[in-house]
Amino acid sequence: MSEKTKHSEPLLRISKRDGLIWWKSWLVRAAAVALALVLCSVIIILITGYNPVQVYSAMIRGSFGTARKFWIMLQNLAMLLCISLAVTPAFKMRFWNIGAEGQVLVGGLATAAVMFYVGDRLPTALMIVIMLAASLAAGIIWAMIPAFFKAKWNTNETLFTLMMNYVATQLVSFFIMIWVPSGSSVMGIINQNSRAGWLPELFGQKYLLNIIIVAVITVAMFIYLKYSKQGYEISVVGESENTAKYIGINVKRVILRTMGLSGALCGVAGFLLVAGTNHTITTTTAGGMGFTAIMVSWLGKFNAGIMVVTSFIIVFLQRGAGEIATKFNLNQSVADILTGIILFFIIGCEFFVNYKINLRKSQKEGK
Amino acid sequence: MGSAAIELKGITKRFGSVVANNNVNLSVSHGEILSLLGENGSGKTTLMNMISGIYHPDEGQIFINGREAVITSPRDAYDYKIGMIHQHFKLVDVFSAAENIVLGLNDNRKFNVNEVSQRVAQISEKYGFDIDPRKKIYQMSVSEKQTVEIIKVLYRGADILILDEPTAVLTPQETQKLFAVIRRMRDDGKAIIIITHKLHEVLSVSDRVSVLRRGEYVGTLETAKTNETELTEMMVGKKISLNIARSEPKNTADRLVVNNIRCLSREGVTLLDNVSFTARSGEILGIAGIAGSGQRELLEAIAGLQHIDSGEIIYNNPKTGAADNLRDKTPLQIRDLGVRLSFVPEDRLGMGLVGNMDIVDNMMLRSYRRGKGVFLERREPRELADRIIDQLKVVTPGTSTPVRRLSGGNVQKVLVGREIAAAPTVLMAAYPVRGLDINSSYTIYNLLTEQKESGVAVIFVGEDLDVLIELCDRIMVIGGGKITGIVDARRTTKEEIGLLMTKTDGGQINE
Amino acid sequence: MISTIASFINAAIIQGIPLLYGATGEIITEKSGNLNLGIPGIMYIGGISGIVGGYIYEYYTPEPVAALCILIPLLSSLLASALMALIYSFLTITLRANQNVTGLALTTFGVGVGNFLGGSLQSFFGKSGSISLLTTGNYFKTALPFADDLGDFGKVFFSYGFLAYLAVIIAIAAGFILNKTRVGLNLRAVGESPATADAAGINVTRYKYVATCVGGAVAGLGGLYFVMDYIAGAWTNDGFGDRGWLAIAIVIFALWKPNLAIPCSFIFGGLYIICTYIPGLSSAAKELIKMLPYLVTIVVLIVISARKRRENQPPAHLGLPYFREER
Repeated sequence: MSEKTKHSEPLLRISKRDGLIWWKSWLVRAAAVALALVLCSVIIILITGYNPVQVYSAMIRGSFGTARKFWIMLQNLAMLLCISLAVTPAFKMRFWNIGAEGQVLVGGLATAAVMFYVGDRLPTALMIVIMLAASLAAGIIWAMIPAFFKAKWNTNETLFTLMMNYVATQLVSFFIMIWVPSGSSVMGIINQNSRAGWLPELFGQKYLLNIIIVAVITVAMFIYLKYSKQGYEISVVGESENTAKYIGINVKRVILRTMGLSGALCGVAGFLLVAGTNHTITTTTAGGMGFTAIMVSWLGKFNAGIMVVTSFIIVFLQRGAGEIATKFNLNQSVADILTGIILFFIIGCEFFVNYKINLRKSQKEGK
Repeated sequence: MGSAAIELKGITKRFGSVVANNNVNLSVSHGEILSLLGENGSGKTTLMNMISGIYHPDEGQIFINGREAVITSPRDAYDYKIGMIHQHFKLVDVFSAAENIVLGLNDNRKFNVNEVSQRVAQISEKYGFDIDPRKKIYQMSVSEKQTVEIIKVLYRGADILILDEPTAVLTPQETQKLFAVIRRMRDDGKAIIIITHKLHEVLSVSDRVSVLRRGEYVGTLETAKTNETELTEMMVGKKISLNIARSEPKNTADRLVVNNIRCLSREGVTLLDNVSFTARSGEILGIAGIAGSGQRELLEAIAGLQHIDSGEIIYNNPKTGAADNLRDKTPLQIRDLGVRLSFVPEDRLGMGLVGNMDIVDNMMLRSYRRGKGVFLERREPRELADRIIDQLKVVTPGTSTPVRRLSGGNVQKVLVGREIAAAPTVLMAAYPVRGLDINSSYTIYNLLTEQKESGVAVIFVGEDLDVLIELCDRIMVIGGGKITGIVDARRTTKEEIGLLMTKTDGGQINE
Repeated sequence: MISTIASFINAAIIQGIPLLYGATGEIITEKSGNLNLGIPGIMYIGGISGIVGGYIYEYYTPEPVAALCILIPLLSSLLASALMALIYSFLTITLRANQNVTGLALTTFGVGVGNFLGGSLQSFFGKSGSISLLTTGNYFKTALPFADDLGDFGKVFFSYGFLAYLAVIIAIAAGFILNKTRVGLNLRAVGESPATADAAGINVTRYKYVATCVGGAVAGLGGLYFVMDYIAGAWTNDGFGDRGWLAIAIVIFALWKPNLAIPCSFIFGGLYIICTYIPGLSSAAKELIKMLPYLVTIVVLIVISARKRRENQPPAHLGLPYFREER
């Protein structure tokens, strides 16, 4: 055979794995997270000149340093998780809803509007019900618009939902301008004195109710996706539209229904953020969580249980980075940098879970 | 033969344990048309893919103009002046013909539409094509797209042209035009290989014909010295006895009556033309035909997955005695009528099953709606999964293994098992033994026969004529979306079916 | 009146330039089939790396030279943006990661790096207060000398720094390359049907890498223009705002055509600031007007999907990974 024949196979051949044993795949992911953390701390050490122990202990203090920090961490975790859960059914159906940011925002806006216009004229319980209903409706509408066009004309949902975010942002700006006559464009705390429409504190903990609600949603979503008929339909549509048609699923209806659910949960998140956490609305009420949630959900493999872990990693990192920034007098944005780095690693490591690389040599031996 | 344009010696290609080509030899000279004849799955396309650099042969050599050639990529193939016209066109829809023709070329020319158009015009004139180089592909008919593909390879200076089933998508008139072009190319000194399974085409266009059967090289004949019967025999081979147990049909009744159905694709191409037949309970109706002759569309039309433009499908309900028309009903509506229709589609993991789900969840595909609650009931599906694994000897680590990790035979057992478990009155199975080993195949044959004996109307779409003849009671032959004949399986011969399979097109040409 | 219109057009163009860079960069990227949602982050990086480059040069040089004042930030911006795009390419093309998730992570990262460096650069060099690179900024802002003599005409056409003209030139060049050259043809084929391109002997991976990195570098210039020209060598955290997303909207609005992106960017730039030119608008109404670009984009998106005109569709393989089928 000629010299060239020997090289007829490429040097590297990438092939899909049949599936890695679960603990091996988690080992790969854990290794990626560990590697990312090491890289993050190297960067921090280079910037600050402090030793790694100081950096790591500061990081941990960010989430666990004081009771208050712990509660804030839990609250952030709850909200990020809530939004992540919201986008999950849509993703599972392979519908790229990257409009969670906007859906949360209109949900929050609806709550704020009720709080603002109703004031303290209604009993708290009734008021909260109205707020919740308004938020749900707003979130659903915001999500159903792109879903409708997706189902009707197959309009690109990624770009559509993305644009809807900014329409929502401007809508919030608009209402703030209407509500705040001074033109300061800051809403301020709504119903500061009457506390009308504020979610009650449980056991003296401002955030506890939020956390409990999200915990319930987490369990419910886990059950919904895994054990309900609708959840099953979502999986089938996401896996193969052909199979869905074969067994008689009305794909368009499932798309609309699932996006409605997705929007509704985003609406709930907006409601919790305004009524429970902030008692005000700004254009940054969602604070980019709508985007982070997409990554949490994706990295959590659409599994509510794993998503608790992925959102914890991200919140822990953000709180830790914030602490480091305060302590070493750095800019708070360091949190975003670290989040970005850790996301790159987790995103990248999936390749090694799903594919194996065969060297030419080893392949020949295999024959 | 001095030096053939291309010569294959002892080519063998395996995919895992499947031998796609075994020790194949063939050659073509310049100024010659060679037909490569064989049934579906006989390894024709695999062989040609090795010439065009898509696969690499495991054994054997390829000679081009007498010198050994190593073709590792489509690019190499171009360099050897080999041009392949695939069955599925590789064209960019939103590009014009001219843009597609020069795509990927690296001849240091500036991209100038006028210049390209001029050269295209030259080529067109030389060989008798009729094409507007500025027309966009998506505005073109299938035959125009094919023309673009052919010009594309000629533009690149191809001397050796391979056409993979070029007439499968053409009307008889278009086919005649294509053949005229091919003859002109031959006269111009090109070496041409046409992959086909249509006998009359072989006879009308080629100089020599090489036959493949089940990956094996059978032989090469001078077209002028052969005839349809001889070629059919070479193609289908001697009758092989399979010893499939077949019982006499009992208590047959007309279960499904299909009357004159006609289906058009979205582009207006006729998929099914005036199809009428009856499927009887207690009988296996075989459907034979070249792949893509409308088998899939027919089954999907019955299952409510394909829009029907005219005609009717009547289901005689054995319980109520009612005769319901299934036309234009969704699968769910069909089910609600009380029609117990099971369907094993050709695309097992893309349609019949969900690859990423485990066996239990796949069992639920048909039955998950059962029960009033909002939650899934997994107990019954789990029992069913266990039963199928046990009875059909499915090899799997457990019921929670995603089905895509099972071997082909086991995937099929899971699918057929589920469809049979629904206690159907009509069971349709498309190529249920494709890719399966002997033992799994017999398991499937036995299952189908059992179903027949229990009074089910079984419709079996197959490709292996030996199997069809031994398994079925009647065989319906479909060609180009039309029924070309229905024969008694106990009395027919492979040759008779083979001729029916290739008949219509020949008849049409003479119209 | 005329002078108001002139100054409006002038402001619209100034606002439009960063958008045009972003849109051109994203069009180049998307033509290869990559939907890079990291463009907003890349534009932050493009801005901050220019600042850092200029800062270091000004810091260590007592007498900065005009050529280097321009060249150093320009090169550092191009390089850093291309590097960001390279991260995206590596993850999505080589490691086959999901494009949306990777893009969003890139934006998080890029915005973080931008704000972090922008907010801390002074303290790294032992200074306080906010960054101000007046010298460098002035070089970037230098308009054509005769602009002032030509009154309103000069204001509309000649009053911009060189980066503004470069943006238009790059957009026109991108349009030319995409539509009139072999490279452009091949690139479009990669975005439309990578399998076809592959079969035609085009190196799909290389095209995707190069297009994404070039697109990233171009988009990064938008950030550079913003910090150097528009705000004259300064940095405010989150000052760039949502312009990156607006650039992605323009890609749709311009139907994936760089030439169309030029007027579209200026229209969007105009919509961005038109409220300050309409007398008697309430501040609330201004916010509604700012919604217009996004609403218009949505309408365009719906219309093109409903009309299904093949020429106006996104690249057919946009957002999807490609690898040669293995058997």
